[in-house]
Amino acid sequence: MDMELIQQILIAALKTGTPLLLIALGELVTEKSGVLNLGQEGMVLMGAMAGFAGAYYTGNLFLGMSLAMVAGMIMALLFGALALSLNTSQVATGLALTIFSIGLSSFMGGSLVGSTIPGFKAIAIPFLSDIPFIGDLLFNQDILIYLSFFIAGATWWVLHKTRVGLTVRAVGENPHSANALGIKVIKIRYLATLFGGAMAGLAGAYLSLSYTPMWMENMSAGRGWIALALVVFASWRVGYLMLGAYLFGIASILHLVMQGFGFDISPNLLAMMPYLATLIVMVLISSNSLKQKLSTPMSLSKPFDPKLH
Amino acid sequence: MANFPLLKLWNVSKIFPGVIANDNVNMSLNKGEILALLGENGAGKSTLVKMIYGVNKPDTGAIFWDNREVDINSPNQARAMGIGMVFQHFSVFETLTVQENIELGLDKEFVEQLTDLRQEIIDISKKYDLHVDPDRYVHSLSIGERQRVEILRCLIQNVKLLILDEPTSVLTPHEVSGLFRVLKKLASEGGSVLFISHKLKEVTELCDRAVILRGGLVTGECIPAQETPESIARMMVGSEAILSESYPKVLTEEVIFSAQQLNLAPTNPFGCGLTDVCLTLRKGEILGVAGVAGNGQEDLLEALSGEDTRADKASITFADKQIGHLNAGARRALGMAYVPADRLGQGAVPEMSLTDNTLLTNTASLTQGGFILGNKLKALAKKIISDNNVKCHNQTSQSKSLSGGNLQKFIIGREVQQAPSVLICAHPTWGVDIGAASAIHRQLIALREQGAAILIVSEDIDELFVVCDRLTALYEGRLSPIVETQNTDIEEIGKWIAGGFIDHKEANHA
Repeated sequence: MDMELIQQILIAALKTGTPLLLIALGELVTEKSGVLNLGQEGMVLMGAMAGFAGAYYTGNLFLGMSLAMVAGMIMALLFGALALSLNTSQVATGLALTIFSIGLSSFMGGSLVGSTIPGFKAIAIPFLSDIPFIGDLLFNQDILIYLSFFIAGATWWVLHKTRVGLTVRAVGENPHSANALGIKVIKIRYLATLFGGAMAGLAGAYLSLSYTPMWMENMSAGRGWIALALVVFASWRVGYLMLGAYLFGIASILHLVMQGFGFDISPNLLAMMPYLATLIVMVLISSNSLKQKLSTPMSLSKPFDPKLH
Repeated sequence: MANFPLLKLWNVSKIFPGVIANDNVNMSLNKGEILALLGENGAGKSTLVKMIYGVNKPDTGAIFWDNREVDINSPNQARAMGIGMVFQHFSVFETLTVQENIELGLDKEFVEQLTDLRQEIIDISKKYDLHVDPDRYVHSLSIGERQRVEILRCLIQNVKLLILDEPTSVLTPHEVSGLFRVLKKLASEGGSVLFISHKLKEVTELCDRAVILRGGLVTGECIPAQETPESIARMMVGSEAILSESYPKVLTEEVIFSAQQLNLAPTNPFGCGLTDVCLTLRKGEILGVAGVAGNGQEDLLEALSGEDTRADKASITFADKQIGHLNAGARRALGMAYVPADRLGQGAVPEMSLTDNTLLTNTASLTQGGFILGNKLKALAKKIISDNNVKCHNQTSQSKSLSGGNLQKFIIGREVQQAPSVLICAHPTWGVDIGAASAIHRQLIALREQGAAILIVSEDIDELFVVCDRLTALYEGRLSPIVETQNTDIEEIGKWIAGGFIDHKEANHA
């Protein structure tokens, strides 16, 4: 294989991995606060639909992107009202949110199917994009991909280096102790859930404004669920999360490339590859059960009612 | 120096639906004083302290701080005033480092004005001889070290009043004396300490003055150094209650239950598993296993009771049968009984009535052809309640409505009436008041008199010395040699609890 092909594969992998990374970063923060929101898939769809609608009607991609994040946050707020304020089961509420959002986004976006817009354009960063091989890969992408790099770094930094992050981790580990120290558990959980919604919305915007600039029913195609699994296999660590997301991207592209090269393997088997490869690598990473248990938010999916304490 | 007290409670009352938790309590605490707040469970100590720490608000009466009337609305406000509290169940976070834990308990403004929190922690821990490494993760710390983290958290904010809720119940004797040194140093510098306890010996050793609560009322005040533990106990329980006496020790020969070379891997990342545990239990004796929580007690109890069946078949024997592979139900059928550590959850189902809870461990004798013998069951539940003086509405009360002591009396009564040949009993009087504790001790002794073998796992050394005929200690999943209670003392068992037997044992092998 020549270098150019490898570069093309990596670029495609980056683009495929980015929405997964965004969704998973949001869910990681949500889960670190002890909240399991299974509504990711639905929030992505709402984001994709709202983002496309916003960009289509106003002609402004950034307005579309903002609208996508707001849509994700509205759905997250709905989840919070039920699961955090009314203490419904987080699992059931998240699933219901996804099912509801699939229907709602199809309904609201019905008239947009078939429309197209010019999506986000790649922005070449001067000088850096001239570096051979990695220049085009890392420094000649669209704004959302740069944003995803930034958000990944910022998420790690905030979670591990700031008091806010410390508070989120404390709430996720033991809301009762956090409450006794005067931390407002429910407020922190709302904020973390809203961040998850915003990131899912942003991932939706990436899909409908950059990856394939159009709106289609169910266009998230299960990415919300893959991201959810990724968070667990990455042991709630940002670095592993990036690795997992891009690995999935590479494997997704590779199976198309292999078909192109005419490998004599059933295309159906090849289509399994991204899932299988990601799963195997992630299981190997997370095989240290002690470390895995220590990084798991211990109060995950357990409701907390401050009135009972 | 002003001559008014640091803290003064004036006619403070707190009423919860159906119960007066505190009834016109008057109390004061001076600067530099160590004051004990004594009382049985349910006497209103926790409620009183929660009002001082801003968790609850008094219904009537007033709190004076530095001679000014104050409303303490939240723990944050209490901390800002200089009140710190160390909880009975520590509020530390296991997956965070020591420094992160301390930072979380401090006010944001306070952290921002500190130049170097890490250095501050090191300085204060040196000053008070409370050594902990700020970078270690709390899950790797012992219970005593975790408590130090909580105390450091308070000291670092220049606490004026430190409240400790039963701080010694989880410590080894050595750690207790370390804690006392810290508290005395704090008091000598003008800090005040409010020490909640029901361990009278400690109060006599540490405290300048004691206030005694009973049924929400202040029933007495004394200088502990001038009293005996017995005279203070009288003030706590009232004149009518019967207190634990010491029971004659017996030595028997016939082994009925034993564990040989019991090795188990830990089941959770914070556990320590079991290593080469060997013990024998003889008919008609009580064997006590001392130790601080987290040294493998759960693993030992689960392996012996049959909750955990990973052990080798041959490693546990009961009446010459190998039972290591049998589950808890099968072991019960052979004549064993078990009082688990977690009363509400393992020992009884919280939402079920006492009648239904009676049925749970008596299914064989109370059912016929798959049907429950309702009248027989009801009669048995009533009998357990009356025989053991369990205070409850009646046998239809939910088990969660009982106080800890009464529920424990019920659970032990339920097991004892089956006349088991072996009883495995976890923490029989943990969190139970003196009156109930002595009743529970009498239940256990009565079962011993019937010829049963009893194994007690407890963190309370004093209790073990009162009821047990032979003693051993568990440290990091290893069991010390077994000794007769008459041939040892608290000091030796105290050393064993901290692992002191390990070198000793290896020296013997060499």
